Amino acid sequence: MAEKTISRRRFLVSSAAVTGGLVIGTYFIARDPANPLTNTLEDGEAAMTAFVKISEDGITFIVPRADVGQGIASMQAYLIAEELDVDPHSVRLDTGQPHAAYANGVVAANGLPFFHYDKGFVPEATRSAMKTFAKLTAAQFTGGSSSTASMEKILREAGAVTRETLKQAAANLTGTPRSKLSTRDGSVVIPDGSTIPYTKLAREAAKLTPITSVSLKPPADWRFLGKPQQRTDIVAKSTGTQNYGIDVRLENMLHATVVRNPMVGGTARQFDAGAATTVRGVKKIVPVTGGVGVIADNTWRAFQAAAALEISWIPANKILSSDQMWDVLREADTPDNLNSQMQDEGDVESSLANRSDALEVEYKVPYLAHGALEPISCTVLYTKTHLDIWTATQVPDALKKFAAEKTGLAAEDITLHALPAGGSFGRRLDGEYLIPAIELAQAVPGIPVKTTLSREEDTIQDYPRPMALAKARGSVRAGHVECMDMDVISQSVIDSWFGRVFIVPPGPDTTLFWGAGDQPYKIPNYRVSAYRAPEMLPIGSWRSPGACSNIFFHEGFLDELIEKSGADPIEERLRLLHHSDSRRVVELVAEMANWKGTDIGPNRGRGVAFGYSHGVPAAEVIDVTVSDQGIRIDDVWVAIDCGTVLDPVNAEAQVMGSVIFGLAHAMNCERTYENGIPQQVNFDQFEGMRLHQSPRIHVGFSEQAEEIAGLGEPGLPPAAPALANAIYAATGTRLREMPFNKFVDFA
Amino acid sequence: MQITVDGTSFDVDAEQDMPLLWVLRDELGVTCVKYGCGIAQCGACTVHVDGTAVRSCQLALSDVWGEITTIQGLGSPDAPHVLQQAWIDHQVAQCGYCQNGQIMQAADLLQSVPNPTDQDIDDAMSGNLCRCGTYPRIKAAIKTAALAGGKGE
Repeated sequence: MAEKTISRRRFLVSSAAVTGGLVIGTYFIARDPANPLTNTLEDGEAAMTAFVKISEDGITFIVPRADVGQGIASMQAYLIAEELDVDPHSVRLDTGQPHAAYANGVVAANGLPFFHYDKGFVPEATRSAMKTFAKLTAAQFTGGSSSTASMEKILREAGAVTRETLKQAAANLTGTPRSKLSTRDGSVVIPDGSTIPYTKLAREAAKLTPITSVSLKPPADWRFLGKPQQRTDIVAKSTGTQNYGIDVRLENMLHATVVRNPMVGGTARQFDAGAATTVRGVKKIVPVTGGVGVIADNTWRAFQAAAALEISWIPANKILSSDQMWDVLREADTPDNLNSQMQDEGDVESSLANRSDALEVEYKVPYLAHGALEPISCTVLYTKTHLDIWTATQVPDALKKFAAEKTGLAAEDITLHALPAGGSFGRRLDGEYLIPAIELAQAVPGIPVKTTLSREEDTIQDYPRPMALAKARGSVRAGHVECMDMDVISQSVIDSWFGRVFIVPPGPDTTLFWGAGDQPYKIPNYRVSAYRAPEMLPIGSWRSPGACSNIFFHEGFLDELIEKSGADPIEERLRLLHHSDSRRVVELVAEMANWKGTDIGPNRGRGVAFGYSHGVPAAEVIDVTVSDQGIRIDDVWVAIDCGTVLDPVNAEAQVMGSVIFGLAHAMNCERTYENGIPQQVNFDQFEGMRLHQSPRIHVGFSEQAEEIAGLGEPGLPPAAPALANAIYAATGTRLREMPFNKFVDFA
Repeated sequence: MQITVDGTSFDVDAEQDMPLLWVLRDELGVTCVKYGCGIAQCGACTVHVDGTAVRSCQLALSDVWGEITTIQGLGSPDAPHVLQQAWIDHQVAQCGYCQNGQIMQAADLLQSVPNPTDQDIDDAMSGNLCRCGTYPRIKAAIKTAALAGGKGE
């Protein structure tokens, strides 16, 4: 698949430090980290790997990737269960304690300035080094659509190692050689047909050195993988019996909340508790980092008291309003700010010189909050010698590190209970709420305190998706796209988020160009330059970072050029795409939608967009109708290639959800600032999509890619440009700025 | 004041204006009723009072006029309501946080309209926000439950 060769000129920041420094260390650190379960085992309990624990009482799988709704707890269970040969619904699932054994190498590896589809030697060597780097820093986090890719082999191997070691235990007990034994549904099968349950073999297996020379089942033999599965949490989530982070209940627990400076990062100058102290049930009012906290015996009483506090704030931001922020972005495409130029083919300047018919336009997307439906909560029990934290997080080891720094306690004296999350979309990749929650617990040692953020506080303190701007120029000739030159300008997510949560990695910020500079198109004169704008606000990682903005810019503008050339939007994209898996999804979506052009009748329109992100190509066709009530989205066809589909039911759900998330925010969501304060703080101002607006969504998987990739994000980015292109076909209005409801009405 | 939740009667000593949501969650420990927005925009807190779906974040304790039913009063993992079974069969939930409210809203719909049209479903369900984007499966599950006899009693 090496259809592109890497060249030095793409590197505007040297990556020598990355390759040199880390490759040298690889030999010493590539050995697997120690098994963190070893120290937790009780008498008769066995853990041959870091992922499976067996005792007479039952089987426990450690599933360290956080389930924020994407179903990854279930996927991790299926992967282990497939090789262990046990019903995934018969085992306990536990997220385990943060540990280097659970580090995520794939995200770090994808954060490098290579085309994701480029498998040349230099990119592969560097990716391998970065996976090692992630283990070194114990970067255990869930994100970047990386969980399935980072875990599928590790977990299947864990299942196989456990299975073979259990068979050896059975061999020792029965005198039958391991090679004559087989397994079925949680038991070892002896040649005479009798069975020994795994749980009865744990004590013997615990004495053995794990058997690590194992082979994995070929896909043709899979019982669970590749077939429709029932999520392990689906019954609980359909009957009200699923508990989330916000539902923690402990004996003597108090309920708290905090109010912090709405100019994020600022502090409180002073406060008057005044009326707040008289609210029934209020126990304590405590200054916390960034603001003030209230401890009460009921969350609503804490909210009431917090609303009664009179606090004066010290402003934090230098840039106060959205208008000023747009000016900063518009002026930020200077040589000093150039981050990367991943595409630079032909000669765009001569191609555009003296072309009076060249297109030149600007595209914009606003800041966005994450808006997970479960507000942030964090329960903390502090004593002088121990700290317990209960919360729903994607970055457990980072939280543990923050907690150690805050309290001075050693890591082994801190227990992090990672709980299921009511959504995230990147919100729970940050832990800004932890320090105030610890400070409140420290005010009442020995008593657990659950700190819950109000919806408004959750939204205000959220580190948003960055606003971004594209300046685009292009031209056509002889019925085809001839030239495309695009500057994409945004603050750096990596600087801001990695800086807060881990450390800033060396090299260009890949998210600045993801979705624009790495698209597998060959245009005769083609340049994409990414610029790192100055930090105006701390920002965060939002579902499909970079790509969620850049693919809108790229596919919107490409559609304008194709329309001007007179070519068919599908035919021209197929002509320009040079990556076979990408061409295949465009062909597939055209078949699925029975594509015959953008004209589908009066008051209707059809649009298409393609996007390559997180190693996954996706193409989407959208039909809209202009009705008396406004624009209605009728149908969405999605063709996507994540390699082999491991669970078709959940894979479809992830793609449908990504499409709706992409459309929802394109339709009606923004986050603007006045006087440094976000203006949209609850769902009346930040609505998203409602059920009556939800289209029919048809998903097709092409399964051509060699490697298995994640699906939490890549279905999202093409949705907005496909909608914009459909609306253009229906109305003649080109939408170059989100949210679209500033320009058109939706039904 | 006395209130009845899923058939059990409780004495509640709380302010008259405390929203039912927080009475249930923090006074009684009934955490299957979810806090999402606090302003009746998301529907995560939906319960039935006397069989009618209400946003418990906006209903003051003193205004509770009848028996309260939560999602756990509708059915259980061992004996799911027909809507809960349809939600399981269609694997509707992703994060699942809104689904308790969605199911309670859908139960109210099927009580009054046993065989809802697409328009009926749109009208009844559009006040319940799902951020994960499970709407296509919510619509399908409601139709399945309606075919299976909807009320599930």
